[in-house]
Amino acid sequence: MGAPLLLVENLRKYFEIKRVFLGKKTYLRAVDGVSLSLVRGEAISIVGESGCGKTTLGKTILRLYKPTDGRIIFDGRDITHLGWKDLKWYRRETGLVQQDPFGALPPFMTVKRILEEPLVINGVKNRREREEKIYKALERVKLTPVEDFINKYPHMLSGGQQQRVVIARATILEPKMIVADEPISMLDASVRIEILKLLQELQQKYNQSIIYITHDLSTTKYFSERIYIMYAAQIVESASTSDLLQNPMHPYTRALLNVIPDPDPGNRFIIRNVPAGEPPNLMNPPPGCRFHPRCPNFIKGVCDTREPSIIEVAKGHYVKCWLYG
Amino acid sequence: MRKEHLSVKHLIMYYRTMRGEVRAVDDVSFSLLKGETVALIGESGCGKSSLAKAIIRLMPRNVSIYKGIILFNGINLMDLDEEEFRRKIRWSKITYVPQAALNSLNPVIKVGEQMIEPLTIIYKMGKREALEKAAEALRRVGIDESFIDRYPFELSGGMKQRIIIATALLTNPELIILDEPTSSLDTLTQANIMNILKSIKRETGLSMIFITHDISLSSELADKVAVMYAGQIVEFDTAERFYSNPKHPYSQKLMDSVPTLRTNKKLDFIPGSPPSLLNPPKGCRFAERCQFAFNNCAEDPPAIYLDGDFYVKCWLYMRK
Repeated sequence: MGAPLLLVENLRKYFEIKRVFLGKKTYLRAVDGVSLSLVRGEAISIVGESGCGKTTLGKTILRLYKPTDGRIIFDGRDITHLGWKDLKWYRRETGLVQQDPFGALPPFMTVKRILEEPLVINGVKNRREREEKIYKALERVKLTPVEDFINKYPHMLSGGQQQRVVIARATILEPKMIVADEPISMLDASVRIEILKLLQELQQKYNQSIIYITHDLSTTKYFSERIYIMYAAQIVESASTSDLLQNPMHPYTRALLNVIPDPDPGNRFIIRNVPAGEPPNLMNPPPGCRFHPRCPNFIKGVCDTREPSIIEVAKGHYVKCWLYG
Repeated sequence: MRKEHLSVKHLIMYYRTMRGEVRAVDDVSFSLLKGETVALIGESGCGKSSLAKAIIRLMPRNVSIYKGIILFNGINLMDLDEEEFRRKIRWSKITYVPQAALNSLNPVIKVGEQMIEPLTIIYKMGKREALEKAAEALRRVGIDESFIDRYPFELSGGMKQRIIIATALLTNPELIILDEPTSSLDTLTQANIMNILKSIKRETGLSMIFITHDISLSSELADKVAVMYAGQIVEFDTAERFYSNPKHPYSQKLMDSVPTLRTNKKLDFIPGSPPSLLNPPKGCRFAERCQFAFNNCAEDPPAIYLDGDFYVKCWLYMRK
């Protein structure tokens, strides 16, 4: 393995919440000390439930948000505090695939204009060259024959086709890395796999690095090489995909894996173990381990007082839990 | 033998629109025994919610054709007029939890006040008695009865969905139709709701129609499975047979597209998209995307009964 393409160290993103009456500032800690790395051509998954901060993490990595603390190093360059002008280079090297394709595409533009815009902005002045790139991008996402799609408006396309246009737009400048934020959760079952396979092809054929953000652990198995489990703004466990699925360590990961059903007629006779309660409020997370109020393995006097550090329990398998420290 | 509870036969419901007639429910049949759950699975736009609305008779005004037989406890509901249906069936015998129902709670009216509406309006029950019943219903879904005095804006999505389910159970119905009851909820919250539904099913013997697009999730409740495609049920079978051995080529492909955690398999998808319900193809509606399509498929396949009420709508299963 070479040097990582992306290195995120102890990244924090706090949103300020103004309190008029108390006059004291409070913060919503959406990302609270996250570290991860990504090698060129690799796909990783960030898995968590809604409100855990996974979307904010993705957007902060893309520098759509300004980090509160920590470091982001991309291709050997520290981009944590780059200004908007210097970031233009970074924008070209990265792309975002949003969750809701219809919401992500401007309804009044044709596919051609949607794809042309990033080219114009990034100074591809020759019209022929732009057209060539648009054709290539549409072929890459298998919207062929290109003539059938290029002059259409987003509403004329199916959900799966819209998502392909979004992917074409994210990859038209041939970026080194894309962040795909729940790219398939709005799509139908039969189309989901089609889009996932397309992303996988981009990764394998074009050496595209992908950060796949999802709430659905079952799709990560078919897609990524490494999984990061996020709970309440922090990464609680990370390991290679097979390692994490076969040997989950953190009680939260175990709970998640335990409740996801596979199609099986026996399921209806089982009552599953679900940890009580709900994820904490990120304005005021519990002390110690953030999962302790719901944890079946809770150790009194330890988990509720001191925050666990991240421990490497096996090679490349990291867990943030007192059970192992 | 358990009694047949609901039997839908050749149900048809079309909508009239500016662009023509939409065949949302097109000759649909299925049945369930008392205490059973049938899972209705299919992709968006296949007509599963329309079918639910046709059964509970909550239809938009542009319905052009509505016919067929809905036998409920042996009585054909289609023979009841609107007033009788409202008095005798809707909410008292059959309740319906529409998709995203949790958003229908008024955030600034106390939970209890909203829950007791069906009791005070349909049964003319006194408020105090109704609130007692509401408290009991809340306990049944694992919520402390003190929540009666809380406001929905204070509650999480999972809480609200449990309150909705409790409300649907208040009138002691015999059949409940749940339309995507967990689709906007998180993994753990979803599992919690499924646990609650399972224990209600076990304890009360309530019959359920469980509508979902999630095949893995459907197996958490289903005794029987009906697969819907382009306005029609293409396969109706027992859970045991369906999840291990789906028969219709569409069901097979759909099953291939389900990622599984515990077993290893190759994922596949269905190229193309479902036909428009405005002008569906003449023959089998899946033929265009089907790898097994042959000459016969240009004609509409009949429901081929394999065993009792269970059928598959595909020419491949026609005995020669």
